[in-house]
This record gives sequence, structure tokens and C-alpha cells, in this order.
Amino acid sequence: MSSEAAQLETRSWYKRNEIAVTPWLFLIPGILFFSVYVIIPIFQSFWISFHQWDGLGEKVWVGTANYERLLGGDRKFETSFWNNVRWLVLYLLAIPAGLFIALFLNQTVTGIRIYKSLFFFPFVLSQVVVGLVFSWFYLPNDGLFDVIVGWVGIDISGGVLGNPNTATYGIIVAGLWPQTAYCMILYLTGLNAVDPEQVEAARLDGAKGWKMLWYVILPQLKPATFIAFVVTIIGALRSFDFIAVMTNGGPFGSTRVLSFYMFEESLSEFGFRMGYGAAIAVVLFFLMLGFICYFLYSMWRDEQEAR
Amino acid sequence: MFPTPIEKQSRAWQISYQSMLPFALIIWLLPLIAVATFSIRPEADFVEGNYWGVPGSFEFFTNYGRVFFESDMPRYLLNSVLITVPTVVGAVALSSMTGFALGVYKFKGNLLIFFMFIAGNFVPFQILMVPVRDLTVNLNLYDTKTGLILFHIAFQTGFCTLFMRNFIRALPFPLIEAARVEGVAEWRIFWFVVLPLMKPALAALAVLIFTFIWNDYFWAVVLTQGPDAQPVTAGITSFNSQFRAAYHLMSAGSIVAAIPPVLMFFAMQKHFIAGLTLGAVK
Repeated sequence: MSSEAAQLETRSWYKRNEIAVTPWLFLIPGILFFSVYVIIPIFQSFWISFHQWDGLGEKVWVGTANYERLLGGDRKFETSFWNNVRWLVLYLLAIPAGLFIALFLNQTVTGIRIYKSLFFFPFVLSQVVVGLVFSWFYLPNDGLFDVIVGWVGIDISGGVLGNPNTATYGIIVAGLWPQTAYCMILYLTGLNAVDPEQVEAARLDGAKGWKMLWYVILPQLKPATFIAFVVTIIGALRSFDFIAVMTNGGPFGSTRVLSFYMFEESLSEFGFRMGYGAAIAVVLFFLMLGFICYFLYSMWRDEQEAR
Repeated sequence: MFPTPIEKQSRAWQISYQSMLPFALIIWLLPLIAVATFSIRPEADFVEGNYWGVPGSFEFFTNYGRVFFESDMPRYLLNSVLITVPTVVGAVALSSMTGFALGVYKFKGNLLIFFMFIAGNFVPFQILMVPVRDLTVNLNLYDTKTGLILFHIAFQTGFCTLFMRNFIRALPFPLIEAARVEGVAEWRIFWFVVLPLMKPALAALAVLIFTFIWNDYFWAVVLTQGPDAQPVTAGITSFNSQFRAAYHLMSAGSIVAAIPPVLMFFAMQKHFIAGLTLGAVK
């Protein structure tokens, strides 16, 4: 067969199957990248978690030893786990707080647009900067926070971040700051889309204040609430930057969370314990998996409705 | 509109609302204002313990000058730019293709692949850390900008695909069908019909990814070390150890590190917010 004929044939094969083939041609680079750097590593982590490995030499198969050590009374793991729970629960406060600020700002007075952007703007800062800003805010004795609470006679020994009882909460507050801003912007956009006729109709029926908010406005804000919920949960479980910058896990390891503990074990100064780190990451992954399944299920349901 | 528009309320309430606004804003931004005042104070203020009083003198130029001329800060900033810009281009390019494929064509496995992208995007970073670090070391890309860029492109593709696909889904499909009837090749449909319509989505994603990548800290610490490749978020920690307890310089450094995404946000606010709300909340 001459090359010309072959070319003709391939072209016609391509032409005949153009609609079936094109999406795959467009998908290949994306899928390739995503598999190599995201999908496959998830499974590799599972594999590594059954080994003892310093990141350089041979991996030594240890079965479930890492998990046994982890769940069999590793105090650092317990602290990290419960701190993660605290993060999850308290971080969700960003949603009502964001809604509150959004309601406060949802007016049309002069200059309100600038106010909205300035309220939102903590979210644009990197978590490292927010962490640093708050750690100076919390400085013992000289920090503005200590000065202010000093006026009402509260004295936190060692400063907010130096005291094991308050450190985690101090960091969570720092994290809530940008997260609330994010939820606020979601709700502000959502409030824009609220059907004014329904509001007017409800008003004629005598609904106002809380009742109005609960029965008329909130149901219409459902998409915004869903996204706020998704990003807040993910944000809470990903919290790493704040802890690394503000306390580096201390004081006395009281602010560790799973993501931080995992990092610490894998790249610790006393030799890399990649296997143990991977096991912690797997636990974190399973914690997340429940939420991921729920998110995917909701999105899938919307997808079915859209058809 | 909810709550009741302020124009319909009593005059007294209007005035109190107007005066509450700046007050609330100051409280909200208090930590930031505190740092901004730190950054213009002279060193002597901190020695004397004058943290919150009237600044001894206005040292804006001295402090920021030292950040720019006596530290590695400019190098870190340059690194951040050299990491962020290629990532934005790469991720947007890849995801406009995947978004097109998943948004326009009906084929077996479409939804499955789409959900794979979304699920991967929600995964905690830590489960990727050990293998990705290992991969980067094996590719001889540890402590290089390229290593960081490649990972960022791959990871951001998940989020971008979600966004792009939903955006393309909302485009008028008859346009594409009309082009097909005309016998236009599929890749030309992508290039000449769909891509021009995607401009708002491209802009939104570009701004958003720029901010995400600029602010990334975790991967910067995992995949790089030292001023050759580290972006400014990671560099700020070594900057801080260089100027330990020199709050005026540390705060000036942090403000410098934060400025590019802030400028980006204020310049492209509309696109930024459209991106953040995933276009889902219209």
C-alpha cells in the first residue's frame, strides 16, 4: 500500500469517527497529568503506608504495623485527631458568620461596593501572611489582642499561642477570618439572585425578620450554602499553613492536626518516616472520603435533574 | 431585596447604619491595620516597647527599602512570578480542552471522568505528598521551579475542569451544531466557536489560579528549598529568621509578599468573584 493511500485511509477513518475520537484527543493531556500527579499517588500512598521507608533506600514491608502503632495509643495522633475535629466543628462557624456579614452589607448606600471588597479582602491574602499577622496580633504582653483583653482583666499566661489550652482556638480564629470572608462573598452573590417577587409576596403575608430569613431567603440561598459547606470542610481538613507558621505544632505539640503531624513524621529531622506519614495521610483521606462522597452524590443528583 | 432596603427605613436608622459601616470595617481589618502600622515604625519603637502608641517616626521608605535591597525578597518574588504565570497558562490551557471534551460530547464514561477530576480536587494534599515528592526527586526536579509548576498544573486541572465544563455546558449548543452542519472540523469548532465564547471563564480562572498558586505554601515547602526556587510564601519564613524579632521589617516583608494577589483581586474583582462562586451562584 502506498503511503498516500494509507494516509487517505487514516484520514477517512478519523473523519468517520471524528465525533467519537475528538473528546479523547482533548482529554488525553489533562487525564495524563492528573493521573500521574493526583490519581496514581493516592494509591501509591496506600501502598507505602504498609512499609517502613526512609524515602531513599529499599521499602521494607511491615504489613499493618504502621496502623497498629497509629491506632494503638499514639498520643500525638490522638491530639492531632481531636484537633482536627475541633477545626471541623469550629470552622463551620464561618458559614453563619459569613451570612451575617452578607446580610449586613446587602444594602445600596454610597460606597458599599468598596466596603464589600474590603470585607472580602482577607481571603486574598496568603494563609502564611494571615498566620503571621495573627501571631503578631496575639503576641504575649505587646500584642494588640493581649492589650485589649488586658483591659477587661483577662491574662492568658504565655500569650494565646504560647498556652496549650488556647493555642488551637487562637489558630482557628485566624483561619476563620479569611474563611468567613469567603462565605460572605458566596452569600452576597446568592442574595443578589433572591427573587424579589417572592420577598414582596412574603412581606405582604406579614413575614419579616427571622421568619422571612428562615422560610423565604435561606431556601433560595441553598446553592450558596452548599458551596460554602464544601469549601469550609475542605479548608478545615487542609489546615496546615496556619499551624506551620503560627506555632509549628507547639506548645508541647498541642496544636498538631493530622495534616501537620503527617508532614512532621515524613520529613522529620530525625530521619524520614515516609511509611508512617503515609499511614496518617490515609486516615486523613478516609476522614475526607465521607464528605467527598456526599459532595459527589449531591452534584450527581443535580446533574440528573439537569438532564 | 432582603434585608429591607435602608432607604425605606427611618432616617435615624439610616444614619446609624452609615456610621456603623466604617466602624465594623475597622474592627474586621484590625489585625491587618496593626501590621501595617508595625511596618512603618522605626526599630527603636520595638526596643522601647512602644508597640501601639504613636510611631516614633515615619520609616516607610527605610523599612520597605531594606526589604527590597538587603534581603532575598526580590528573588523570592521573582520565583513566585516564574512559578505562578506558567501554572496559570498550563492549567487554563489543559482544562479548556478537558472542559470542552466533557461539556460538548456525549460518550461513555463522560460523567465518570468528570467526577474523577472533581474527586481528585477535594483530596487532602497530604496523601499526595510522599509519592509526588518521590516522583519529583526521581525526575531530578526537586528544588526546581519546573517541578513545582508541573505539579500545580496537574492539581489545578481538577478544579479548572469542573469550572470550564460547567461553563461550556451553559453555552448555547445549537451554535456548535450549526458549525457541524457546515462541516467545520471539531478542533476548529473548539478554536473558533467555543474558545472565543469562553473568555469570561478564562479570565475568571486565570485570576483565581494566580491567587491560589501565589499563596501556596505547603507544596513550596515540600518540593523546594532555598532561594533558588522557593516562592515568596516559603521565602518569608527564612526572611523572618534573617530579621528575627525585627517586627518592623518582618511586617513590611509580609505586606510586600501579599501585594500581588491583592492588586490582582482589586483589578479583576468581577472575574475573581465569578470564579469563586463557581459560576453556580449566578
